[in-house]
Amino acid sequence: MTVLEKFLSGDQAALARIITFIEDRQEKYREVLARLYPQSGRAVKIGFTGPPGAGKSSLVNSIARLLLARGHRIGIIAVDPTSPFTGGALLGDRIRMVDMPTDGSVYIRSMATRGSSGGLAAATGNVATALDAFGFDFILIETVGVGQVELDIVDTCDTVIVVLVPESGDAIQALKAGLMEIADIFAINKADRPGSENIVAELNMVLELKRNKIEWDLPVIATEAINNKNIDRLLEKIDAHLGYIKTSGLFEKHRREQIKNKLFGVMQFHFNNLIRQEIGRITDLDKVISDIYEGKSDPFTVGESLLKKISGIQPLH
Amino acid sequence: MSEKIRVLLAKPGLDGHDRGIKVIAAAFRDAGFEVIYTGLRQTPENIVNAAIQEDVDAVGVSILSGAHMTLFPAILNLLKEKKADQIILFGGGIIPDEDVAALEKSGVDKLFTPGATTEETVKYLREAVAKRKRDEKII
Ligand SMILES: Nc1nc2c(ncn2[C@@H]2O[C@H](COP(=O)(O)OP(=O)(O)OP(=O)(O)O)[C@@H](O)[C@H]2O)c(=O)[nH]1
Ligand SMILES: [Mg+2]
Repeated sequence: MTVLEKFLSGDQAALARIITFIEDRQEKYREVLARLYPQSGRAVKIGFTGPPGAGKSSLVNSIARLLLARGHRIGIIAVDPTSPFTGGALLGDRIRMVDMPTDGSVYIRSMATRGSSGGLAAATGNVATALDAFGFDFILIETVGVGQVELDIVDTCDTVIVVLVPESGDAIQALKAGLMEIADIFAINKADRPGSENIVAELNMVLELKRNKIEWDLPVIATEAINNKNIDRLLEKIDAHLGYIKTSGLFEKHRREQIKNKLFGVMQFHFNNLIRQEIGRITDLDKVISDIYEGKSDPFTVGESLLKKISGIQPLH
Repeated sequence: MSEKIRVLLAKPGLDGHDRGIKVIAAAFRDAGFEVIYTGLRQTPENIVNAAIQEDVDAVGVSILSGAHMTLFPAILNLLKEKKADQIILFGGGIIPDEDVAALEKSGVDKLFTPGATTEETVKYLREAVAKRKRDEKII
C-alpha cells in the first residue's frame, strides 16, 4: 500500500508523512497535491494572528476544544520562525495544546517558516489542502506572530482573528500596522490584566468608521484563554462571520480570489525555477556581470534580453 | 528540496526541571534541526501521539526522576503498537550503567548521561537519522 493510499483510508500517520513530503517538496509532491486538491474545499479555515505571546496558541487550543465538543474534527497548523542564521527552528506552540484527545479527532502540526516572511511557511496553504482532503471540518492556523502584518493568513483563511493584549499599546498602533485590514474579529486576550477595558473601548471607537462602510460589525471580544473565559462568545462571532460571508457571497468571492492567487503562485514557482535554470546556463555570466560592474552595460537592458532568450516572453512595460 | 531533520523533545514524569532539555533544544536548533518542544509532564501516550503527528525522525526524552525503567519501555511499546517504531528513541538523564545497557538493548537507540556535550548529541542524531532507511512508496 502506498502512503497516499493509506492517507485516503484515513491513516493519520500517513497524513503526517504526506505533509512532510509536501513541506520538503520531495520528488512528485506536486503530483500528490494534484491528487488531493479535488477532495479539498470542504473545510472551514480560521486564522489566528497577532504579536508574540498574545495567546494565539492558547486561543486555538480553547476554540479547538469547543469545536471538538460539537463533534467536529479539527486540524491545526501552528507556524513558528526558522532561524535565518542556522536554518533550524524551535517549535513551541504545542506546549499550549496538551492533553488533546488522541483518538484522531484532532491533528496538530508545527511548521517552521523556512525562509518565508508573510507569517506562514510557503507550504502552509498546501498543508491545509492536505488536512482539508483528509476530512477535517475545521482547520485552525496560527501565524508566526512577529508583530508586523502577516498577510499570508488572509490568503489562506476564511475568517481571520487578530489577537491583541492590553499591553499591545493603543489601538491606533494596531491600525497603523494594518491589522484593521486583515481582521474579521478582534480578540483582546489576557483580559484578566489591567487595561483591557481601555483597549477594547479604544478599538471600538476606531473601528466605528470602518463599520459604517461594511455590513460586518467587526466585533471586539475580551477573552481569557487561560481561564476559558468568553471563548464561547468568540466562537459565536466566528459562527456569525462564517454565516455572514456565506450569505453575502463573500465566501465564494474570497475562495475564487484564493484560487487565482494559487494559480499565479504555481506559475510563478515554475517561472522562477526556469529563470534560475537559465541563469545557470549562461556560460559567460561572469563576463556579463563584469560589464555591468564596469559600467559598460546595465542590469535592465541585460535582464530584458536574457528574458527574451529564455522563453520568447516579452517583458511587460 | 532538502529533507530537514525533525526531532521532538519531551520531558515526561513529575520532576520539574527543563533547563537541560532547553539547552539541547537550542543546540539542535543551532545545528539546523526543527525541534518540537511539548513541555513538561507529558504522558507516553501524548509523546507518541505528537511524534506521529509531527512526523519526526526522532524523539528525545529527558528523565531525571528515576522513572526511566518504566517510561522508556512504555514509549517504546507505544511506538511499536502504533507501527511508528521507525522513529528513533533516544534520551538522557541520571541513569545507572546497567540500566543504560538494558534499555539500549531493548530498543532505545542511545542514552546520554550527565557530562555528555551538546556537540556529541548533535553528531549522534545527525548520524542516526542518516543511517535510517525508509521503506515506503508515496504515490
Ligand atoms: N494572564 C493571562 N495569560 C495568558 C492568557 N492566555 C494566554 N496566556 C499566557 O500567555 C503566554 C503566551 O501564550 P501563547 O498562547 O503561547 O501565546 P502565542 O501568541 O501563541 O505566542 P507565540 O506563538 O510565541 O507568539 C503563556 O504563558 C500563556 O499561558 C490569558 O488570558 N491571561
Ligand atoms: Mg503560539
